[in-house]
Amino acid sequence: MSRYFTEDHEWVDVEGDTGTVGISEFAQGQLGDIVFVDVPEAGKALTKGGDAAVVESVKAASDVYAPVSGTVTEGNPALADNPALVNEDAEGQGWFFKLTLSDPSELASLMDEAAYAAFVAKQ
Amino acid sequence: MSEADLIDDTGEEPAILTLPLDAWHRARGGRMVEFAGYHMPVQYEGVMPEHLWVRDSAGLFDVSHMGQLLFRTEDGADLDGALESVLPGDIAGLKPGRQRYSLLLAEDGGILDDLMVTRLPDENPFDVQGLYMVVNGATKFDDIAYFLDQLPEDVLINHMEDQALLALQGPKAVDALARLVPGVRDLVFMTAAPFEWDGKPVWIGRSGYTGEDGFEISIDGAYVEALADALCAQPEVKPIGLGARDSLRLEAGLPLYGHDLDEAITPVVADLGFALSKRRREEANFPGATRILAEREGGPAVKRVGLLVEGRQPVREGAAVLGADGGEVGRVTSGGFAPSLNAPIAMAYVPAALAAIGTRIQLSQRGKVHHATVTAMPFIPHHYVR
Repeated sequence: MSRYFTEDHEWVDVEGDTGTVGISEFAQGQLGDIVFVDVPEAGKALTKGGDAAVVESVKAASDVYAPVSGTVTEGNPALADNPALVNEDAEGQGWFFKLTLSDPSELASLMDEAAYAAFVAKQ
Repeated sequence: MSEADLIDDTGEEPAILTLPLDAWHRARGGRMVEFAGYHMPVQYEGVMPEHLWVRDSAGLFDVSHMGQLLFRTEDGADLDGALESVLPGDIAGLKPGRQRYSLLLAEDGGILDDLMVTRLPDENPFDVQGLYMVVNGATKFDDIAYFLDQLPEDVLINHMEDQALLALQGPKAVDALARLVPGVRDLVFMTAAPFEWDGKPVWIGRSGYTGEDGFEISIDGAYVEALADALCAQPEVKPIGLGARDSLRLEAGLPLYGHDLDEAITPVVADLGFALSKRRREEANFPGATRILAEREGGPAVKRVGLLVEGRQPVREGAAVLGADGGEVGRVTSGGFAPSLNAPIAMAYVPAALAAIGTRIQLSQRGKVHHATVTAMPFIPHHYVR
């Protein structure tokens, strides 16, 4: 399994043609207490860089973009009752949705863990 | 994710000014943003824990961006009458050491700012006989220009730009502050008096904008860091950022100028009729009196209301209020997640027909419809010490 990051602070874990998407530890720390997450429903077609989900902190609403194109297979059902999971475990149990990648070659434009760490260090 | 929400405005824009506690905030981990032209802390440990801390204990807010003004006249000219020409409150009836919430009105009765005005007692740290006023930071320079334009030339205005202002808010604020300044226990809500701390003159009022008991403390900017340290050394006190200040005042049902109030809105539409003093209503001689008194008599066409939003998702400023036909009939002016209620709440302007308590209305935000119920404000009870 490989993990990739976007400059907009989403991550995607890829196994075969299935991707699991969330927001980074850095992003959750910047947002603060998350009170609501609107995840996409199964069947929704997403385009790389397009709106995919909404995450709301006490302060503000933020769009979450699709790191890669594909079709949603599942939104994380645990986030409806416990959006704070994103604060507690952003890069694990706080995942947002899973999708079937339509164009795995898009992954080439994303950062790996080391490149993302260097990117965040400059923020 | 959208960058604008994540990346703080810490760029070195020369136009953004710093306040006396700038380094103090940064040293305590405050995340700085631009607000009202200044670098200000939006949060330290997080909006939610800071909000709950204030409701439970005491929080220290730096509000030095707000404008602190002194008004006086020479040769006994009528200061109160001059101020009453732009405010609808009973200024002449304000006794020494008493504070009043009032509104700066444009000629047509629109609200230019909301403010607190206090009659200075003979003895005060500013050595002025007259009125002390605190106005909003984002509007202070416009306010001063308006005062200079509207008031007679014999009214002298001093903008105390070197004076800092702290707010200490919460049920334990009195215990913490009384350890440093014992006399503050004798103040009641909306009174103010001169005190000394560490040999320095301070001006303290028992007021604030969180709905909790608390104080506002005016001190020379040269001494404010030492006072902030002394206050935060008290076990009840933590520094609190702008984020929690906003969620606290929203729960308290208190409008924020530039969001819930602006020059297109009159006091009656804003549901701030209490700021129209009885004598002033009878004299009907404040700006926009004809229009405002007609709205008070007949009821305004639109009104500021509180909303309990169903579900968990906050509905924020800018969302539309929908009428029966699905068209926009009003706007949400403040909205967010209320930490003490654990639910989303909002303020909105709605037509009179939708303004009754208990009315269920629809809101639209980013293409999604939300349901809400008009509710009495404050959302949580005020805890003022009267």
